[in-house]
Amino acid sequence: MSNGLINWFRYASPQSFYPLAGKMIPWFWALAALFTGVGLWISFFVAPTDAVQGEGYRIIFIHVPASWMSMFIYCVMAGWAAIGLALNTRLSGMMATALAPTGALMAFLSLWTGALWGKPMWGTWWVWDARLTSELILFFLYIGFIALQAAIDDPRRADKAGAILALVGVVNIPIIYFSVKWWNTLHQGASVSLNKSPSMAQTMLWGMLVMALAFWMYAIAIALMRARAIMLEREAHTEWVRSLPEVTGGSAR
Amino acid sequence: MKARQKRIALILGGLATLGVAAALVLNALNSNIALYVTPSEVAEGKAPKEKAFRVGGMVKEGSIRRDNLTVHFVVTDTAKDIPVAYTGILPDLFKEGKGAVVQGKLGSDGLFTATEVLAKHDENYMPPAAQHAVDQAQKAQKSLKP
Repeated sequence: MSNGLINWFRYASPQSFYPLAGKMIPWFWALAALFTGVGLWISFFVAPTDAVQGEGYRIIFIHVPASWMSMFIYCVMAGWAAIGLALNTRLSGMMATALAPTGALMAFLSLWTGALWGKPMWGTWWVWDARLTSELILFFLYIGFIALQAAIDDPRRADKAGAILALVGVVNIPIIYFSVKWWNTLHQGASVSLNKSPSMAQTMLWGMLVMALAFWMYAIAIALMRARAIMLEREAHTEWVRSLPEVTGGSAR
Repeated sequence: MKARQKRIALILGGLATLGVAAALVLNALNSNIALYVTPSEVAEGKAPKEKAFRVGGMVKEGSIRRDNLTVHFVVTDTAKDIPVAYTGILPDLFKEGKGAVVQGKLGSDGLFTATEVLAKHDENYMPPAAQHAVDQAQKAQKSLKP
């Protein structure tokens, strides 16, 4: 028990997390490639045509995983932000900063693929219903987080300001998720949720879940890479960074 | 340790306050957040008068009638009906018995003149064969009932 705790705190310091992340990144990239391959294969060749929407529904295999990730990454980011505020750890701020661009990308993908899907099916690119609007706010929250952190020079203060913004914005997540239940929206309800069986054909569901896994692996890999870059930048003055083989190896400086 | 617990309490307290505030605001804005009103709400006089608004519901079975470029149909929530006239291109998924959201103005004669018609689809995805089986089963069930 105490051993487990000690291990966790050991990896909470950038110095020991940096090499660990470096070892994990190739694995997550490999898994991302594998799941993307399998997921796209199911999406295009195994999953049947939809009775109502024909082949056009296949954009769901990008749209839904991207939307899930955009919400989930925000929760993780806010979680790191809360830990950073409460415990004053260095790593948590770096992780939150590293996650934000990927979250913004996911929110953008969700809105973009949604527009592409909405035009042929609903008859409009965009409508100001609660689901679409709250997802757009999520995208703005990510952009705001990135901009706010970039505007403050001192990383510790940037982390703190960003953390407060991230925590305030977390109130938007349940609004996105439940918007289709609480209000009249053009967007349909959830096909997959915890309290009922999924309302889609088995192979369609598999395609979506495998694609979601692929998005997870990609998000973890890219966030860890970004976190490593942030660590090097912020800790450039420290002994452990200066003695890293990739630094002493004689590249820059 | 004491300061840390204080910060955690502050964060949790702040989040709770924010949650309550958001809930109150959303509750107050409830009618403005809804994308459309139902035909029943229109009948109760909840729709804005002399202003454009959206009505949502099912396109009533057997109600679509084409008159040159104008399409007439009825939007229903099974309790109340609203007759709609629309001139323009309909989305592919617009069908009788399926959901639709129409935007426009309600005339004094009770006819809703739409400027935009959107199709609303549900969250069910299935291959055509399965859909066919579901339709057959529903038909069989209907014919069983007197």
